[in-house]
Amino acid sequence: MQQTNRLRPFFENITFDRDDNELVLNFGPQHPSAHGQLRLMLHLQQEQIVKAHPDVGYLHRGMEKMAENMIYNEFMPTTDRMDYIASSSNNYGFALAVEELIGLEVPRRAKVIRMMLLETNRLMSHLFWLATTALDIGAMTVFLYAFREREYLMDLIEDYCGARLTHSAVRIGGVPLDLPDNFMGDLRKFLEKLPENIKDYEDLLDTNRIWKMRMEKVGVISTEMALSWGCTGPMLRASGVKWDIRKEEPYELYDEVDFDVPYSDKGDNYARYKIYMMEMRESAKILHQLIPMYFDTTPELMAHAPKYISAPKIDIMTQNYSLMQHFVLVTQGMRPPVGEVYIPTESPKGELGFYINSQGGPYPYRLKLRAPSFWHTGILTDLLPGHYIPDVVSIIGTTNIVFGEVDR
Amino acid sequence: MRAYTDKKDVQKKAYYTDRYWVAPQVPKSTVESDEVFAADLEAIKAKFDVIEAYIQVKQMVVMIKPEDNYGVLELLKDECDYTQLSEMSAIDWIADKGQLEVFYQLLSMNKRKRIRVKCFIDQEQAVESVNPLFRSADWAEREAYDMLGLKVNNHPFMKRILMPDDWEGHPLHKTYPLQGDEFAQWYEVDKIFGKEARDIIGPENRDPAMVDRYDTERFGRLGHEVPRGAEPKESKGPEPTTPLAYQEDDGVFMIEKFEEEKSVVIRDRDR
Repeated sequence: MQQTNRLRPFFENITFDRDDNELVLNFGPQHPSAHGQLRLMLHLQQEQIVKAHPDVGYLHRGMEKMAENMIYNEFMPTTDRMDYIASSSNNYGFALAVEELIGLEVPRRAKVIRMMLLETNRLMSHLFWLATTALDIGAMTVFLYAFREREYLMDLIEDYCGARLTHSAVRIGGVPLDLPDNFMGDLRKFLEKLPENIKDYEDLLDTNRIWKMRMEKVGVISTEMALSWGCTGPMLRASGVKWDIRKEEPYELYDEVDFDVPYSDKGDNYARYKIYMMEMRESAKILHQLIPMYFDTTPELMAHAPKYISAPKIDIMTQNYSLMQHFVLVTQGMRPPVGEVYIPTESPKGELGFYINSQGGPYPYRLKLRAPSFWHTGILTDLLPGHYIPDVVSIIGTTNIVFGEVDR
Repeated sequence: MRAYTDKKDVQKKAYYTDRYWVAPQVPKSTVESDEVFAADLEAIKAKFDVIEAYIQVKQMVVMIKPEDNYGVLELLKDECDYTQLSEMSAIDWIADKGQLEVFYQLLSMNKRKRIRVKCFIDQEQAVESVNPLFRSADWAEREAYDMLGLKVNNHPFMKRILMPDDWEGHPLHKTYPLQGDEFAQWYEVDKIFGKEARDIIGPENRDPAMVDRYDTERFGRLGHEVPRGAEPKESKGPEPTTPLAYQEDDGVFMIEKFEEEKSVVIRDRDR
C-alpha cells in the first residue's frame, strides 16, 4: 500500500535563502544537457555562479568490485559500459593492461585492426560530442549532420563485430575477427567524404555569431589548473600542453604512423571545439595510412601464449591439448603473474588508465579504472564559479564527460 | 545498523589450484638501470626514508612511510617535475595485515616518466591530504574514502562521492558482501516509505517499490496478477482506496487541482 504522505510533490529544484539573497539551483541529474547523470548544485548571486558542487554517482555500478570477482576475459564486456560512446577504446585499454602484465606481443595484423577500431571510435566519439554540444547550444542542424556521419561509422563497426555501441571488439592477446571484405572499401568511401563533412560543420559553426558568443572566452582553463586537476586529452591540449599519449608514450603502431597533435593556449570552449575538429582530421589521416599497412601483414590475429590465450578455433576442434587448454582457460581463467601495472592509453576523452594488481589468481586483486571524465567533472568545482547559468551548459558540453565513465 | 558482521574475505576464489603451482612474477628491475629514475630516487632518499624501490613495467615504484606522503609528493612535484597526479587510490589488505596500501600515480610530462608512490597504512591511521599540491586529489581521496574507508586528514570537503551520503560500509573492502545485504536491499524502500513498510511491500515487490500494489493498470501486482483493469480478488478483504494528495492544502500554484470524483477512467483501450 502506498503511503501517499511520504511521496508528496514539492518544488525541490529551487530554494531561496533569504539571508544573503543567494539562490541554490539544483541542475540535473535529469537535465537534458547534463550528459547523463550529472547533478550540479549551483549557488547563485543573481545569475552568476559563486559556488558549484558537482554530485556524481547516479550511474555507479561498482565496476571495480565486479572486476575483482570476474576472470579477466569475463570483464571485457563490462568495460564497454564505461565510455559507451567509444567502447572499443575501453576494451583496448583493458586488453593492453593485461597484455603488459603477462608480457604478450600481439600479431601485427591485430595491431592494425585495433588501431583502426580505436580511430573509428575516436571519430565516432568526436562526432557525437559535436552533435550533442551543438544541440545543447541550440544548433540543431549540426546535430543532424554529425549523427549522419556517425551512423556510417556505426555501420562500419557493425560490419566488423555486429554491435553498434558495446563492441567488445578487442580480446586480450589480439582481436577475434579479421576485417570483413567490404570493410576497406566502405572505410575508403567514408574517408573520402569526411573532410567535406568536417568543412561543412566548420562552415556552420566557426564564424557563427551565436556559437562564438557562447564559446569564446568562456570556461577558460589555465595550464596550471588543467595539470593540477589531472585533465588529459583535448581538455589539456586546449590549455596549452602538447601532450598526447599516442605520441609521447606510443603503444601499438602509433610510432609508425604520421599525425599531428593539435593544441592551443587559449583554454576556452572555442579552443576545445577547434581541437576536436582538428583531431577528427588527424584520425582520418591515421586511418588513411592504416589501409596499406593492413595489406602488408600476415593473417595471425591472436598472440600465441598457451598459458594465457586459447588456441585458434581450428586447433581447439582438432587437437586434444588445445581443447584441454581452452577448457581450463574458460572455466578457471588465465592466471597472470604476480605484479602490478598502470597502463595509460589515449581514449577520445583523455588518459584512460587501467591499474591492475594481480596476486597470481584468476581474478584481479585490485583493478582501478582511471577514467578521464572523472577529473573533467571534478574541475567544474573550480571552473564554474564566476560564470553565468547559460555558460554552464556550454562548459559541460566541451568537457565531453560521459557518465558511464565518471561513475563506473 | 546493518546485521552483516562477517569479517572474512568474501570475494570469489579460484575453486581449484594445483598444489605445486607457483605463481610467476612480473619482472622487476633495479632503479639504477634507468638514469632518470635513479636521479629521482636519490632526491627522495636525501630527505625521506625509502623502504623499497624498483622498476616494473617501465614505471618506478617507490614504497615510503605513510607519514611522508605529503613531503614526498611535494618534493616530486617541485623538484623532480612530476606535474600531474593521474590517479590515487588504495588496495585492501585488511584481511592479511590490517592495512590499506595507498598508491599515488604521478606523471612527468617533460621527462615522459611515470612514478608510483606507495605506502602501507593501518586501517585506523589517516594519511595527509595532498589536495594543496594536486587538486585532482580532492576527488580521488573522496573516492578512496567512499570505496575503501581510507581516512584522510585536512581534506576540504570529505564526503562520499559515488555512494549515497548515508550509505554504510565501503564497497571495495574484501569483506563487503557480493550480494546486496539487508541494508542495501531495502535502501530505497527505507528511504521512500520508511522501515515499517518493509513488511507491507515484501521482498517480491521490493525493487518496484514505487508501484502501487493495488494498481492493476501498471503491473504492480506481482504474483497476484489479474486481467487488465479487472477488480482485484476479494480474498484479502476489501481493497483500500489510494488517495493522491498534494502537500499544500489549497493546491499548488499554477497547477489545477485534480479532482478524482470528476475524472473518468477510460477502460476501452482502442478508443
